[in-house]
Amino acid sequence: MIGEMRPRVPEGPIQDKWERHRFEMKLVNPANKRRFEVIVVGSGLAGASAAASLAELGYHVSCFCFQDSPRRAHSIAAQGGINAAKNYQNDGDSVWRLFYDTVKGGDFRSREANVYRLAEISVQIIDQCVAQGVPFAREYGGLLANRSFGGAQVSRTFYARGQTGQQLLLGAYQALARQIGLGQVQMYPRTEMLDLVVIDGRARGIVVRDLVTGAITAHAAHAVVLATGGYSNVFFLSTNAKGCNVTATWRAAKRGALFANPCFTQIHPTCIPAHGAHQSKLTLMSESLRNDGRIWVPKKQGDSRRPGDIPVGERDYYLERLYPSFGNLVPRDVASRRAKDMCDDGYSVVPGGHGVYLDFSDAIARLGTSGIAERYGNLFEMYERITGENPYDVPMRIYPAPHYTMGGLWVDYNLMSNLPGLHVIGEANFSDHGANRLGASALMQGLADGYFILPYTIGDYLAQGKLEPVDVSHTAFRQVEAEVRERTSRLLAVNGSQSVDAFHRELGHLMWEQCGMSRTKQGLENGLQQVRRLRERFWKEVFVGGKGEDLNQSLERAGRVADFMEFAELMCLDALQREESCGAHFREEYQTPDGEAKRDDARFSYVAAWEWSGADSAPVAHHEPLGFEYVHLAQRSYK
Amino acid sequence: MRLILHVWRQAGPDASGRFVKYETDGVSPDMSFLELLDVLNERLIAIKEEPIAFDHDCREGICGSCGVVINGRPHGPQRATTACQLHLRHFRDGDALWIEPWRARAFPVVKDLVVDRSAFDRIVQAGGFITARTGSAPEANAMLVPKRDADRAMDAAACIGCGACVAACPNASATLFVAAKVSHLGALPQGQPERYERVVRMVDAMDEAGFGACTNHGECMAACPKEISVDFIAQLNRDVLKATLVPPREGKAWTGAA
Repeated sequence: MIGEMRPRVPEGPIQDKWERHRFEMKLVNPANKRRFEVIVVGSGLAGASAAASLAELGYHVSCFCFQDSPRRAHSIAAQGGINAAKNYQNDGDSVWRLFYDTVKGGDFRSREANVYRLAEISVQIIDQCVAQGVPFAREYGGLLANRSFGGAQVSRTFYARGQTGQQLLLGAYQALARQIGLGQVQMYPRTEMLDLVVIDGRARGIVVRDLVTGAITAHAAHAVVLATGGYSNVFFLSTNAKGCNVTATWRAAKRGALFANPCFTQIHPTCIPAHGAHQSKLTLMSESLRNDGRIWVPKKQGDSRRPGDIPVGERDYYLERLYPSFGNLVPRDVASRRAKDMCDDGYSVVPGGHGVYLDFSDAIARLGTSGIAERYGNLFEMYERITGENPYDVPMRIYPAPHYTMGGLWVDYNLMSNLPGLHVIGEANFSDHGANRLGASALMQGLADGYFILPYTIGDYLAQGKLEPVDVSHTAFRQVEAEVRERTSRLLAVNGSQSVDAFHRELGHLMWEQCGMSRTKQGLENGLQQVRRLRERFWKEVFVGGKGEDLNQSLERAGRVADFMEFAELMCLDALQREESCGAHFREEYQTPDGEAKRDDARFSYVAAWEWSGADSAPVAHHEPLGFEYVHLAQRSYK
Repeated sequence: MRLILHVWRQAGPDASGRFVKYETDGVSPDMSFLELLDVLNERLIAIKEEPIAFDHDCREGICGSCGVVINGRPHGPQRATTACQLHLRHFRDGDALWIEPWRARAFPVVKDLVVDRSAFDRIVQAGGFITARTGSAPEANAMLVPKRDADRAMDAAACIGCGACVAACPNASATLFVAAKVSHLGALPQGQPERYERVVRMVDAMDEAGFGACTNHGECMAACPKEISVDFIAQLNRDVLKATLVPPREGKAWTGAA
């Protein structure tokens, strides 16, 4: 292994760790900061906030994104909100409670110290965003408004209509834009990272492709930050933007960074069901809909009556039946799995497909159409735009879809991977959400990492010195560049007959079947074989077309799909070795008699971090044991 | 259903472009407009022709990546809907669709339907922000913001930066885009200290980028997928006017014509 896998969690009581660590970390002399170059890949909440904050501190930053503008990163699509332990509602919230909820919600597979710090920093994030002009919802008195979200029993979620991610991202983007204008950040839009350069065991730069001209160039730095998001698009159909991909983190893994818990993938319960063979992505409907909507299926299998014609007595409000105390507000993993069970048993309300009803008729009777419109108007409009059905008149039909990935590159308490100099933030790392992420926590983590953690911890790394000056004329850069060129030419040279998208669809389908919402030993072993066969076919039969020296969207996708094909194998392997069910990872062999996830803390209370060991040998698993000193291990129960 | 597509094909910024006719048959009315382009591209790939380049990403109407002119209307015929959220059920069997990129001097064509919108980024870099260094923020509830101001700020902040307003404007003006940002930040107490400098810098940057002037056609609002109101342009004009009355900083005062 390059470097070492030491969590570097500071000593002392959990509530003092971060404060103490901030004091103990080395500082970079202000006059020296401008001598350090930092590369930030990705411009979502984590990347944009980190790039802006590092530039404000005086570092020279280069920031890369594949979109045409940093403002378009996929954080922009987050709807619901951002959690913070402000306790503005006086309903008993606290840093401790947010910490507790997050560890428990993650089904005890996250690192306690990181989660506590996240909860602690959450309150600063809101201050920062308000100062930037993020137009959060307000009460009539002018104070910030909150709502309860994703089954939390306190109201700690801050929101900006149904567009919280957009507004937070625009805040970070504007801070970044200011630094670009001041010349502190060099921005490279429409530029995709295709490889990482490691020199003397340290991350020293990247190789990128200009997506307009096709030029492949190298960039050197003292440290590299990956903020490149998650890998839900391994399933082809997901709620992620079409461009989201695993390439940056996977390329880093192939250069020696450990990939942690790749099988922890979150399936969001409330998405619009797929409608046909040409479906290109799935659309999320905010989880907040479950606050007022009731989920049901007919009691009779294959009931073809219209929903309004099915009497209440013949409907199965299965979440309310199975979980009387949480009802429709059970966590995402539970709600998703139950929907799948009902459909697998033949109760689907989408003919020949998969879907359950999310019914607002009771809420409309209680609050009136205008009351519902005020809360969910934009979501109802979106639903009607896509399906052509009016959810004020007929129940919505929903089905779970891949949405977020808790797994990612392994990082220590400083958000640095085992590869010195390679820092990983936001969804791209594995650290804070364990085996399941709670609603409104992704935005919190991205901004905590980017605004308030990385800017300190990267200084500690840089201040330790020992970094030889390197530039892109170094042989390591020349070599990686040549490898990237070779790979691009190889993709173009296959010249087969099947499109990249056709392969991606096939990969997605097989991953959904074998490594999706519910997994078995048999299925995963089959999955591994199928992925290998598909990958072999890909490299023989894919047709990319066009040239390398041009804007070539088929080539962009080909590189990403090729990486997904390698990565998918690691996902199956990770799911196979984790012989327990926890959070979003459900192995059918390991469940309680009433069908809940059954953890095996004695054997699996660890982070599985995988080391790439070449194309011809199996990856090696390293384990970081997880200890729970403050939140005691318990079976989650939402009954 | 069957649709006849006339798609603008242009190999590069300096190449000349032309409409190419494609017929698609057996498409489902439940498909989105971009899925129609996907299907067409799959067909082109199958016969080893170069697929049509177009920008898209979230396909949920929020990232602002997509945007083409369909039958003369940016994002197509449906009110308050981006091209990615437009579904084919809004067309009739046998319809002809003329599909072209945004056309504006400040948005040069990169390839086919892809244009370069970096001018928008430059306008924001010039002043479309509130200066608030990380770590320097006061407690969030220390500053009260009346709900109506927060709501108004949010109405303006909903802009997704897609550029449909520019494509719709006979002058290819970016005034609605600039007005939305100026009004968002100017509606909030946090935005006051830089308010007049901001408006001057942004309007100057807009002029430098080669966008046209606003002559109050209102086409921008009609095309805007987020229904940003032209009222914000009135707000912008008021702020520009007031900026001429406040003392200039660093010799920078607004001198151009809005």
